[in-house]
Amino acid sequence: MNLRRDVFQAISDPTRRAILLLVASQSMTAGAIASNFDTARPTVSKHLQILTECELLEQAQEGREVYYFINAKKMKEVADFIEPFRNMWDERFNKLETVMSKYKKKK
Amino acid sequence: MERKTKIAAEDGKQDLVITREFELPVELLFRAYVEPEIVEEWMGTKVIKLENIRHGSYQFITTDPMGNKHGFNGTIHEFDMNERITRTFEMENSPFAVQLEFLEFKKQTDDTSKLTMHVVYKSVALRDQMLRLPFAHGINMAHNRLQEITNKLK
Repeated sequence: MNLRRDVFQAISDPTRRAILLLVASQSMTAGAIASNFDTARPTVSKHLQILTECELLEQAQEGREVYYFINAKKMKEVADFIEPFRNMWDERFNKLETVMSKYKKKK
Repeated sequence: MERKTKIAAEDGKQDLVITREFELPVELLFRAYVEPEIVEEWMGTKVIKLENIRHGSYQFITTDPMGNKHGFNGTIHEFDMNERITRTFEMENSPFAVQLEFLEFKKQTDDTSKLTMHVVYKSVALRDQMLRLPFAHGINMAHNRLQEITNKLK
C-alpha cells in the first residue's frame, strides 16, 4: 500500500491532532500519551509512528524511556501552506466589514 | 491585525469550510452579497448580472492589475433573505471546474453575525490546487520581484 506519508495526512486524523496538542505543551513517553486516550495502546503507537514518519514528532532517548516532542519547524510548514489562502479571505472579509460599516452609520 | 477568518480543510476531502465573524448585523452582512454596487465595492469586481432568486444567475468581470479581464459566473440554487445562499461558482477560461457553495448567514447579537461558507470541489486534487493558489501566487510574486531586481543589476 502506498500511503502518502506527508504532514497533511498526519493532521487529517482527530486522534493525531489531539496527540499533537498534548505533546505541544511538554515532551512525553508513548505510555503517558496513550493514558490520555481510550484507544488501544497499539493504535496510539501507530499514530505516533505516522506522526514521527511525517516529522511532526521527534523522538529522544532518555535512559530507558523514549520521549516524543513536537517538531516546531514542521508544524509551521503546515500552518504556512494554508495561511496565504486564509489571508486572502481575511482581507476580502475585512474589506466587506469596512464597506458595510459605512452603511451602518447611514441607517 | 487580528485574523478573524478560519479555514477548515481536512486532508483527503474535496471540500472546505470558511468561517468568519463580523462586527455587523446579519442584515448588513447579507446586503453585501445582494446589492450589485456593494458587491462591486468590496469584491473589486464589475457586476454584469446578479439575480438574487432561486434559479437566478450571476456574472462578474474582474480586471487584474495587468489589465486582463477574468469572468466569473454561477447559478443561484437557494436564496433565503438574511439566512442562506446556495450557488455554483465558476471561473471562466480556467482549468478549474465549477464549485458548489453553501453560504449561511447567522445572527450572533444585534450587532454581530457569522458567515459560514461551505465549498465543495469536483475532486480532492482540485480543492488542494485551489488552496495552494494564493500560496503559489505569493511565490510567483516573490520570484517576479527577484527577477526585476536581478534585471536591474544586469
